[in-house]
Amino acid sequence: MATLVVLDFDATGVKQPSRSAAAAAAKLGEAHGLIAGKSVGGIAEMAAKIPGLAKILVADDALYEHALAEPLSALIVSLAGGYDHIISAATAVGKNVMPRVAALLDVQVISDVSGIEDAETFIRPIFAGNALATVRSSDAKKVMTIRASSFDPVPAEGGAAVIETIASAAGDDKSAYISSELSKSERPELTAAKIIVAGGRGMQNGENFTKLIDPVADKLGAAVGASRAAVDAGFVPNDYQVGQTGKIVAPELYLAVGISGAIQHLAGMKDSKVIVAINKDADAPIFQVADYGLVGDLFTILPELDKAL
Amino acid sequence: MKLLVPVKRVVDYNVKVRVKSDHSGVETAGVKMSMNPFDEIAVEEAVRLKEKGIATEIIAVSLGVTQCQETIRTALAMGADRGVLVETDVGLEPLAVAKMLKVLVEREAVDLVVMGKQAIDDDMNATGQMLAALLGWPQGTFASKVEIAEGIATVTREVDGGLETITLKLPAVVTADLRLNEPRYASLPNIMKARKKTIDILKPADLGIDPTARLTTIAVNEPPVRKAGIKVADVAALLEKLRNEAKVI
Repeated sequence: MATLVVLDFDATGVKQPSRSAAAAAAKLGEAHGLIAGKSVGGIAEMAAKIPGLAKILVADDALYEHALAEPLSALIVSLAGGYDHIISAATAVGKNVMPRVAALLDVQVISDVSGIEDAETFIRPIFAGNALATVRSSDAKKVMTIRASSFDPVPAEGGAAVIETIASAAGDDKSAYISSELSKSERPELTAAKIIVAGGRGMQNGENFTKLIDPVADKLGAAVGASRAAVDAGFVPNDYQVGQTGKIVAPELYLAVGISGAIQHLAGMKDSKVIVAINKDADAPIFQVADYGLVGDLFTILPELDKAL
Repeated sequence: MKLLVPVKRVVDYNVKVRVKSDHSGVETAGVKMSMNPFDEIAVEEAVRLKEKGIATEIIAVSLGVTQCQETIRTALAMGADRGVLVETDVGLEPLAVAKMLKVLVEREAVDLVVMGKQAIDDDMNATGQMLAALLGWPQGTFASKVEIAEGIATVTREVDGGLETITLKLPAVVTADLRLNEPRYASLPNIMKARKKTIDILKPADLGIDPTARLTTIAVNEPPVRKAGIKVADVAALLEKLRNEAKVI
């Protein structure tokens, strides 16, 4: 039987973490994608180009417009008979919906899978990534979320999947969407960015993020991130947070500025290809994971960097 | 309105865990254990709902070894009214926990379950969603704000890229994210008072649930260690390395 990949998307297309989930699915054999939402014909056509997905199932219904867990999990369960693996990227939607799907199917969800050994054996981080557990599932169906940073995403184009419209499952009125407040930014999303410039408590305030980090990020075409300390201090909004309790990222280049390197933060970025640390404390733990360290005052280094780029 | 708050006993968040030499798990002998930080936030939220006059009773539930009573006492000292321990030495997974909580929720006629979004030991982020599914209740996960009025919970959730607000018809399950509140420290008088509060002790069999795990842990390993690189002298040297050695810009 095949694998069902529940695809997370926005108005511009399928999100990159979902293409990492497609890459994970490819290790398990034939895979189909699911697009559930309102007026998603265009998105489904984009999804059909993702290599490795043989079929795209489309549920076009206002019921799925905001990916509420209750109707979306009911839809996935209605499709479960045809699949032995049901997976999704560990995005906010995936983490919300997949455990609900698993419980409805009476199976134990396997969260945040970072490695696939075989069809029933998986590796996942535990204790904030300080240990990796290899687990084998005895459940008939495997319901999992995939840690996107552990699987290189398949390309957005090159495939030619069949698009199949499917029926909606029954909904209920127990939950309702009210509103979203999404941070507006011209920059790439943290989880999809090739370069990230992140600031910590050493930035001292939010103004310094705008004045010093933003220009460097713009020159590099980078996303801006932050440590939990910087978020808790109110310098930047919560969705900037990189770390165990924030976003897990693995860009080509991660520039950590004024970040000491708490375990919590390292758990979210230590899989980056190249790490640069800029910190005035030469003994900061961040230097233990950095490929290139620059000891010094960020208030002079960042403007220099901006000028040199 | 009756609230149930599940609390988990986990390795304290300040402890740097070590993998056991036989790779069967992480070392827990002699290691400081505490209430899961997200569960503390859930207890705090429940207590605030009681202080506002919305909740009438808060039941703190823990599932696991005998020592989980200490975790329940912490919740009682923060303001929960009574405790239930489902005592077992079996390593419990979110599905089994959710099944047992479901029985307790039904027995106690609970209106709202507030719990941590994730335990910092197994990092599953699943029990709340699974409990909501089994009960057929709506769920408000990763909550950073909760308002209750006229049988409706309005929950602001932390999602990728920002915040989302949804409404849930009660009964419902809400899972707490970090910014929901800052948990209080229990005062000494409240710690003393908590000693007199009741903790009922049950077994999984009393709830009619088989707690056998569906996942077998084959091995637990250290993650690959990242080696420290080099220090560069200045911005020019850094850019030279990034351009010519690492080739990332």
